[in-house]
Amino acid sequence: MTIEHHPGDDLLLAYGAGTLDEATSLLVATHLALCPRCRNRLALAESIGGELMNRRRANGTVDETGIDSAMALAPGDDEPAGPATAESGPFLLPQPLRGYAGGDAAELGWRAVGGGIRQVRLKTPGRGAMARLLSITAGTRVPEHSHGGEELTLVLAGSLYDRGEWYRRGDVDVADASVLHRPAAGPEEDCICLAVADARLKFSGVIPRLLQPFNGF
Amino acid sequence: MSARLEAVAERADTAAFAELFRHFAPRVRAYLLRGGGDAGQVDDVVQDTFAAVWRKAGHYDRRRATAAAWIFAIARNRRIDVYRRERRPEFDPRDPAFQPDPLPDGERALASGQRAEAVRTALDALSGEQRDVLRLAFYEGETYAAIAVRLGIPLGTVKSRARLAFGHMRAALEAQREALT
Repeated sequence: MTIEHHPGDDLLLAYGAGTLDEATSLLVATHLALCPRCRNRLALAESIGGELMNRRRANGTVDETGIDSAMALAPGDDEPAGPATAESGPFLLPQPLRGYAGGDAAELGWRAVGGGIRQVRLKTPGRGAMARLLSITAGTRVPEHSHGGEELTLVLAGSLYDRGEWYRRGDVDVADASVLHRPAAGPEEDCICLAVADARLKFSGVIPRLLQPFNGF
Repeated sequence: MSARLEAVAERADTAAFAELFRHFAPRVRAYLLRGGGDAGQVDDVVQDTFAAVWRKAGHYDRRRATAAAWIFAIARNRRIDVYRRERRPEFDPRDPAFQPDPLPDGERALASGQRAEAVRTALDALSGEQRDVLRLAFYEGETYAAIAVRLGIPLGTVKSRARLAFGHMRAALEAQREALT
């Protein structure tokens, strides 16, 4: 698997700094599960955080009784015994996405939203962006839309064609507020993707606009 | 400091842990205070962070992270859990769907001490503007949108400064790695 479209370094940095909203973090973390290259970048981002914390002259001391109480449990005590997970793959949805969705793609309660598209909305209680899984029937085009803000799409199965580029498993398609587009699922199989948008999409046709309030588009 | 963390991991070395605590606990506390917690709550989170450092030291891998980076990541996660009451979604290397790293381990990494030094040097070499964006994001825990408001510059400028800063950091570390191997 070769990932060609990565989230921007500004997103990886913000994930490392811990400043992204939960929905966007979910998308970045799921990409990271599939992308060793970006995990290396995250390691550097965290080194920057560590150094910035380290170089800050600390004022005051911390009560040293904390040393003993921190050691109350033996190392490794909170580690699960045995194999990490009783589940065995293969899974289409990597963690942490599978946990948020409540199962792998085939087990979910998909809801048809019209136009050959089904979706599952994910609970990310934090402020900001909204996350949902989309399943787009092979060969189908999403109605043309633009965004109130940035939209990120992480492809998990099949392929997505958008503005002259193909996106496949692990790839992230970034569309900012200025983009008016109508991505299409590749013909080989249904495209399953995680879409995170920080505002409602704006459809340009009349019919899709009717769908909007009900479907969270 | 990474040697001390490894001593904790390998033989539950209490003296090494005490040194880690004395060095990092005040720094973690200062970091958490910047995140907006009140002093009493912060002390609990510091305690919680170091309980996790003690218990999870076995996960520390000096080829991937400096001790400071590893402890920073634990404190950052606690800050999100406690102050924002959000979950911190993270990948799980034990998940069957996880894509493992294809590179042989030793090839990629600077030794931890070298990495810490290289990160320090590269941070100092950034422009003040770029370093400020990193400090506000990592240390103050500000979103890019909040940084844009605070500095009175467009959001796009904040993001491009962050990307440029990171590009310089990556290039500097790469140059360092090539010089040493």
